Amino acid sequence: MSAPLIVFFVLAALAIIGALSLILQKHPIHSALSLIVVMVALAGLYLLLGAEFVAAVQIIVYGGAIMVLFVFVIMLLNAGEEEHTDFSKLAKFGGLPLALALTGLLAAAMVHYGGAVPNTTSPDSLANTSNLSTMLFSTFVYPFELTSFLILVAIMGALVLAQREKS
Amino acid sequence: MVPTQYYLILSAILFGMGAVAFVVKRNIITIFMSIELMLNAVNLAFVAFSQARGKLDGQIFVLFVIVVAAAEAAVGLGIIIMTARNRRSLNVERVDLLKL
Repeated sequence: MSAPLIVFFVLAALAIIGALSLILQKHPIHSALSLIVVMVALAGLYLLLGAEFVAAVQIIVYGGAIMVLFVFVIMLLNAGEEEHTDFSKLAKFGGLPLALALTGLLAAAMVHYGGAVPNTTSPDSLANTSNLSTMLFSTFVYPFELTSFLILVAIMGALVLAQREKS
Repeated sequence: MVPTQYYLILSAILFGMGAVAFVVKRNIITIFMSIELMLNAVNLAFVAFSQARGKLDGQIFVLFVIVVAAAEAAVGLGIIIMTARNRRSLNVERVDLLKL
């Protein structure tokens, strides 16, 4: 087995274990830490795919900013262990097969329609970050400006939602 | 070289687990985290396709998804703080005003 394949399987196992832990942990802070493991593993996979800039952004924005926000809110609200509620019988026995069916269907569809694409370029010829920035600021400059507007709206929305009502 | 199919299958598995977590979890913050997990799974598929086709559009799209996820996290957590203040609970079963 070649070295990239071994790295892939290690990172993939890490991501899946992290996701399983997200589901199985009872305390939200443990779930948040598991999600950070998934995100770091995915950043490693992006590096393996030759997408250095996306990997860096993944660590900084997802693993850093967004997850800090989550942990901050968990601590702010003093979230305790999850309360257990019973599922209906239908959900209990139908849920797992349906989830497996969804996963299998997604995987089959993506592999069938997209996986057979011939690998035309070597990963090195996709010289990344400079090409990425050129594209982002030429072809995609209009959506890029729109995202800044979106962030502005999100900041105002979060402020309005989270502020205390004045009595 | 790792075949693109492996990445796609991993992406589908992570998306499925995110969907399961979304339905199974009762804590509103954890439900929000499972949405992030699904977004991450989709990002992985985008980057894998981008690499397979030798085009950078997929990676640009991932950047946009990350920006939208950040905005969504800010607004969503604001909503969660407001709900927790009004309902005194983070359990989604308790947020049932629209239920018959």
